[in-house]
Amino acid sequence: MADTTAAEDVVIDPSRARRLSEFWYYFSENRGAVIGLVVFIILVLAAVLAPLITPHAPAMQYRDAVLLPPAWEANGRAAYLLGTDAVGRDIFSRLLYGAQFSLFIGVVVTLLALVGGIVVGVIAGYFGGWIDTLIMRLMDIILAFPSLLLALVLVAVLGPGLTNAMIAIALVLQPHFVRLTRAAVMAEKNREYVVAARVAGAGSWRLMFRTILPNCMAPLIVQATLSFSNAILDAAALGFLGMGAQPPTPEWGTMLAEAREFILRAWWVVTFPGLAILITVLAINLMGDGLRDALDPKLKRS
Amino acid sequence: MSTLAHTSSEAPLLSVKNLETYFPLSHGTVRAVDGVSFEVRRGTIVGLVGESGSGKTTLGRSILRLVEPTGGEARFEDKDLLTLSPREMRAYRRRLQIIFQDPYSSLNPRMRVGAILAEALDTHGLAKGSARAPRIAELLTRVGLSPEHAKRFPHEFSGGQRQRIGIARALAVEPELIVADEPVSALDVSVQAQILNLMQELQKEFGLTMLFVAHDLSVVEYLCDEVVVMYLGRIMERGPSAQVYSRPRHPYTKALLATAPIPDPTVKRERIILKGDIPSPLDPPSGCVFRTRCPYAAPICAENRPPDEAVGLDHFVACVRKDELATSGEL
Repeated sequence: MADTTAAEDVVIDPSRARRLSEFWYYFSENRGAVIGLVVFIILVLAAVLAPLITPHAPAMQYRDAVLLPPAWEANGRAAYLLGTDAVGRDIFSRLLYGAQFSLFIGVVVTLLALVGGIVVGVIAGYFGGWIDTLIMRLMDIILAFPSLLLALVLVAVLGPGLTNAMIAIALVLQPHFVRLTRAAVMAEKNREYVVAARVAGAGSWRLMFRTILPNCMAPLIVQATLSFSNAILDAAALGFLGMGAQPPTPEWGTMLAEAREFILRAWWVVTFPGLAILITVLAINLMGDGLRDALDPKLKRS
Repeated sequence: MSTLAHTSSEAPLLSVKNLETYFPLSHGTVRAVDGVSFEVRRGTIVGLVGESGSGKTTLGRSILRLVEPTGGEARFEDKDLLTLSPREMRAYRRRLQIIFQDPYSSLNPRMRVGAILAEALDTHGLAKGSARAPRIAELLTRVGLSPEHAKRFPHEFSGGQRQRIGIARALAVEPELIVADEPVSALDVSVQAQILNLMQELQKEFGLTMLFVAHDLSVVEYLCDEVVVMYLGRIMERGPSAQVYSRPRHPYTKALLATAPIPDPTVKRERIILKGDIPSPLDPPSGCVFRTRCPYAAPICAENRPPDEAVGLDHFVACVRKDELATSGEL
């Protein structure tokens, strides 16, 4: 038995390695995508290692160091690399912990929107008819609202807080997944391999999720990366408006909101959280573009 | 009924009666299959031939209920397949299989060959657990592939190899009837012969019954015991291959045979050259649907739909002028 499995492994490997190297070839052709990936990896490392590399606890208030400028400014202190905020908390430490929140928000919101969107989209695309019409009109209604406004209304109804904000953003992002999934399923469901699975006796569930869905994943993965950055951005916006994470959570949007009144007096309290959001979103978007080039054959330059 | 008097006594495995498959469109109805009756006896291969658009593929798929027929019946042994509920039909799927025309689109690109073959076994609960791998290896070996191929993806195979996988998939559940939907027309000529030989071997070995859809008459002659000739959703002529090929009794069959090349340049034959295209199935000609392209068309042809009439044992022709043409020596 051991011999046969070993032989089988040898057979699998070339194809998988080849597909991976082909993927990397298309991905690495896009320099922006590689830069985005590097920044994203650094970000993930910073978030994961935050407890080890931050010089201070994120909520620790140093009363002797209120609104200190960054270390390289005239009054700056080396202990507070990016300065401190109005209650004496170290901005650098808070930013690193904020990365945890942002990535967590991105992952959870994207997963929620992706899973919900896939299930609803596959059902709409597979069954068609009135089910499809009903679902798609509902999605059109959601899409008709400015996304942030709708998220704001939802949070207002559910009550402010990070969890509710994530649910609201997932709901707002979901229609994009529904539409993509539906379109891909409709294109795939008439292919002959689906008919073949039906002849094999496969039921609707198996056809939808085992046969058709795996062939629809490429555009969904691309959309997921782009939604990831959207989720971070929307969560920061909700935080800024006081509807997302609540103080003293070191969430980037919330940090911005707290710093609002010091914009003129202490530029660093708004600049660094803002830059963090900008860089993160930009990096993920660049990465998403590269993924699209590498994964979506329709857009592949040949 | 003359149709009954001339059929052999053995009960057919599949008996199709007045099968109709209509597709409603916004501006009319396409009669893809329009009242078709024929029989397939156990252990035989029946060829279904016709031009593109004659409804032969739709007919094959209607029998398997991959396309829902509008009317008529398709009796499999003694059960009318068209009256089965979807749940009952799933049980029958094991006994009825299909081989597809395009081996590129008929294999799921995200599944390994082993998983493709296992799909049917899974849904019917066959060859479970430790019996699974040997069964898949056996199937692959039987169609001329190697057991290691089970671990590969479809894109790693050539067209001919993919069609072999398609055949193995159809055989996996040990079906009684296989509908082969132009299984070789997407392949290179050299590969076509290999696949046809394989199908013939397998048919003999397993005593399969097959409905072989093709637009190439020479392929059908080589493989089939009986031929059904379709035109615009209707059967023009059907009968044992030997008879139909040596003496076609319908002008359409004769025209089709004339298009098939003969490898001997010294043989001269009279040709019927068909002019124009197949008429729109949205608005088929009255009476005999072939009359607009038939060189022997007469006013009588436009009046009524010609009935299937026996001209020999199991040999039926739908042409009102067949006797006239036979005596005048034109057919």
